[in-house]
Formats: sequence, structure tokens, C-alpha cells
Amino acid sequence: MAFFTAALAGVILGIGLLLSGMANPGKVQGFLDLAGHWDPSLAMVMAGAIAVGVVGFAIAKRRTHSLLKLPMELPAATVVDRKLVIGSALFGIGWGLAGICPGPALVTLAMGIPQAIVFVAAMLVGMQLFHLIQKQLRETW
Amino acid sequence: MTIDLIHFTFWQSLAGGMLIGLAASMLILLNGRIAGISGIVGNLFNVRQGAWRWAFVIGLLLSPYLYRLIEAFPAAQFELRWPVYPIAGLLVGLGSRLGSGCTSGHGVCGLSRLSKRSLVATLVFMGTGFATVYVVRHMIGR
Repeated sequence: MAFFTAALAGVILGIGLLLSGMANPGKVQGFLDLAGHWDPSLAMVMAGAIAVGVVGFAIAKRRTHSLLKLPMELPAATVVDRKLVIGSALFGIGWGLAGICPGPALVTLAMGIPQAIVFVAAMLVGMQLFHLIQKQLRETW
Repeated sequence: MTIDLIHFTFWQSLAGGMLIGLAASMLILLNGRIAGISGIVGNLFNVRQGAWRWAFVIGLLLSPYLYRLIEAFPAAQFELRWPVYPIAGLLVGLGSRLGSGCTSGHGVCGLSRLSKRSLVATLVFMGTGFATVYVVRHMIGR
């Protein structure tokens, strides 16, 4: 059952990305281009997602277990550290350069777009790079 | 700045956003998990437990084909020079894992649960995202 609900959440999220315009890198860059001819659409995506998400997470916070009796795995970290800031800054640069973030990358990969295939391959390399340096970071940061 | 009203898809983007919020709510309420794509993908190969991650990714990969049952694939403009894609992908992969999240994990789930860390992360990546597009489009030129 948990397998099915996770898959369904993935399908709904993907359709949301396609419908909203998030899966169109040109449109994402149109939103990030404040100094140009600015397309505010993605602000609506965030507004819609958070309006619904706030309700879901408010309920989730009050529970110790999910509706499927699985432990509620909400992040426990509260400290803003160097990793968070530097990592987010790098992510934002990559996001700005191509107009692609991880969810839309997978959706457009599935659509067979060659650039998306290259992007996802590089993204996986970047993620494994983090996995490799993670141990050293824990000791020095 | 001028506002691009021709390409502004108010209702579609709002509805799509609500679906994203619904998916994130479903995953936390049913599976007890955060719908953060970078965390899910980053742990696919590194964490033994967690078939749910594969299920979620399979769902995401199937989504365009279910979408297409009702409507044709929407426009997807990938019009940049080729080297941009591997460079950007590398930065997105490394940065999102180092920063513990991306647009979905921090921007949607984190802000929805009113997390201070996610608010900082979202402001930082939006900031560098805006700055990057400014530099690429208005300083270097295309």
C-alpha cells in the first residue's frame, strides 16, 4: 500500500509540474529574469502548492504516525549552517543557468528530451560527489 | 522590468501548484515522508531501505504519459547551448544535496511546515537563481 501511495504522489506531483509550467525550462527562466520581460507564473505555483501544503503539514505535525501507520519522518534539524547556505547557493546557480530543478528534470527525462537526459546524468554525478565528500564535511564543518 | 502578461498562466500555474501541494501532503500524511525530489533521488542508490523512493520516482517518470492521455505534452523549451546542461546538472545535484533540498523539499514542503532552515534555503536559491539569470542574460548577453 505504501508503495502504491508513494507512486500516486509521484504521478500527481509530475502532472502538477507539467500543468504549472515548471517542466518548461524556458518558462522557469522567464520567471527568474526579473530584469527582463518577467513571467510571474511560478509565483502562482508556489502560492498554490503552499496553500495546500500548509494544511497537510499542519495535520502531519500533530501526528507521530502516518495514516498508513508509518513513522512520521519530519526533519529535525533547525540550525542554519554553512552547508545549507552554500549548497542552496550552488543549487540556485545551476537552477538559474538551465531553468531546471530535480523534479522537472526527471519528468522531461521521461519525455525523452536529450538535454534533460544529459542534465539528469550530470545531476546524479553531482549527487554522488556529495555522497563522497559528505564524510569529510561532517568532520570539518 | 516589464510583466509578460502573454505568457502569464495564472490559473494553470495555480492549479498545477495545488496538485504539487496535494502530492506533498499525500506523501507526508500517508507515507510519513517529505516529497523532496533531490533527497529522494540522492538516496535511491545509497539507502538500502526505501522501496517507496523507487515507487515515487516511477510515478514521476510515468506522469507525462498519464498527462498525455488527456492532453499533448506541454511545451518544454530547452534552447540553451549544450554545455550549459551538464554544468547546471552538476551544480543542481551537488548543491541540492549539500543544502539538504531543492525547490520541492525546501520551497514547497519546508515552507509549508514553516521551517526556518527551508525559508533561508529558499531565499538563497531564489536569490542566486535571479542573480544567475541576470548575469547570463543581461551582463554576458546571449
